[in-house]
Amino acid sequence: MRFLTFAKRTSKEILRDPLNLAFGLGFPVVILLLLTAIQANIPVSLFEIDRLAPGICIFGLSFMTLFSATVISKDRGSSLLARLYTTPMRSADFMLGYTLPIIPIAVVQSIVCFLVALALGLTPTVNIIYCVLFIIPISIFFISLGLLCGSIFNDKQVGGICGALLTNLCAFLSGIWFDLELIGGAFKKIAYALPFVHAVELERAVFNGAFSEALPHLLWVVGYAAAGLTVAILCFLHQMKRK
Amino acid sequence: MIAVKINDLTKKYKDTVAVNGLSLEISEGEIFSLLGTNGAGKTTTIKMLSCLTDPTSGDAEIFGKSIKNDIIDVKRLIAVSPQETAVAPGLSVRENLELMCGIYRFDRKKSENKIREMTEIFSLSKIENKKAGKLSGGWQRRLSIAMALISEPRLLFLDEPTLGLDVIARRELHDTIRRLAGHTTIILTTHYLDEAEALSDRIGIMCAGKLLICDTAENIKGKTGTNSFEEAFIRMVSEAEK
Repeated sequence: MRFLTFAKRTSKEILRDPLNLAFGLGFPVVILLLLTAIQANIPVSLFEIDRLAPGICIFGLSFMTLFSATVISKDRGSSLLARLYTTPMRSADFMLGYTLPIIPIAVVQSIVCFLVALALGLTPTVNIIYCVLFIIPISIFFISLGLLCGSIFNDKQVGGICGALLTNLCAFLSGIWFDLELIGGAFKKIAYALPFVHAVELERAVFNGAFSEALPHLLWVVGYAAAGLTVAILCFLHQMKRK
Repeated sequence: MIAVKINDLTKKYKDTVAVNGLSLEISEGEIFSLLGTNGAGKTTTIKMLSCLTDPTSGDAEIFGKSIKNDIIDVKRLIAVSPQETAVAPGLSVRENLELMCGIYRFDRKKSENKIREMTEIFSLSKIENKKAGKLSGGWQRRLSIAMALISEPRLLFLDEPTLGLDVIARRELHDTIRRLAGHTTIILTTHYLDEAEALSDRIGIMCAGKLLICDTAENIKGKTGTNSFEEAFIRMVSEAEK
């Protein structure tokens, strides 16, 4: 079980960075508090806590992309990966070792978000548990994006691309901050061709107990996760050979 | 027993021939130094022998296992200490050693014994719980070599192992390398000619991807008619570059 040894190491590297904890857990909670405060003063249906909380959980996952991309790009930048390539570790050990430890972090992040949202007035329902469970396939998509970016870019580029560009893309194209119907046209078409809005609508549907409505969104997310993982593995293998 | 048998190994990158028809045999337990100026092909040779890059043509056997066809078997026999320090910065010294034990699937008892052994050899006990990323370059290098040795490799590649070490640390590492001689085969690359001369059973000098000579330091001096190994090296390389 070499991948478990490697996964343990990956989780330690991520969790021991205080910035990761601050951004991964703290930032989504701050946004949740801020938007709830705005909602209290200027009521907007989009920012009602029952609609907002599932969206913020998805937004928080964009930090999982940053975590996975940063770990891989830093490993590539140092000689650690070169050393590990000369050990009996196989490519599957690397991919599992980078992916698995981030899933529980994503789950904990969503639990924290929902707990804070409950304190802010989220309707208590058993569907919250299902929402947390559906975070798992969604998080795999976000992690695969990180694996891909980390296999292509260096750690400075990763900071810009995953830390700034992707978090904004996720925010704008997910329908969390504004209703995509308001813009419509090509923007809406692009947004619905990407998985971010489907991830948010999946969580909202599950929260409302509308599981049949959730299924098509789940297929979008799972499809993107599978494609993302495949491309990420191919890129990782390519740079592994180049090393 | 022959530890490494290299047969007409060649690596081409587009128009550049990094390693050109290298053939060589290294015996088990030997300390073999590979020398050459920058771009001579030393690192590419090590990358091919450690399965990091595929040869364009030719092959090499590590204890009878082909670097082209038996990659996983070869990886079980070797360890590499790369030129740059290769440690996990967020893990402690001990956790870095545990990581390597886990990758080589040592059980708990063996891991404990190997970690104790490595911390003693490399005097790491005082910094056992410090994060590797916070250590000085010299200590990181010691840890990096300890991580390579902990897997009990039959063939150890040391790429510029004493680069950036102070005199004392360098001397201590030389003693460690000498202690390994006989039971671990070592391929060493270095720019310190005195280091190669002092440590190696035989030395190979490469230039522009070709092996110019492969012999003991004394024989290389004799063949070039020089009194010092540095002069012998400069003469061989200068003539090859003409």
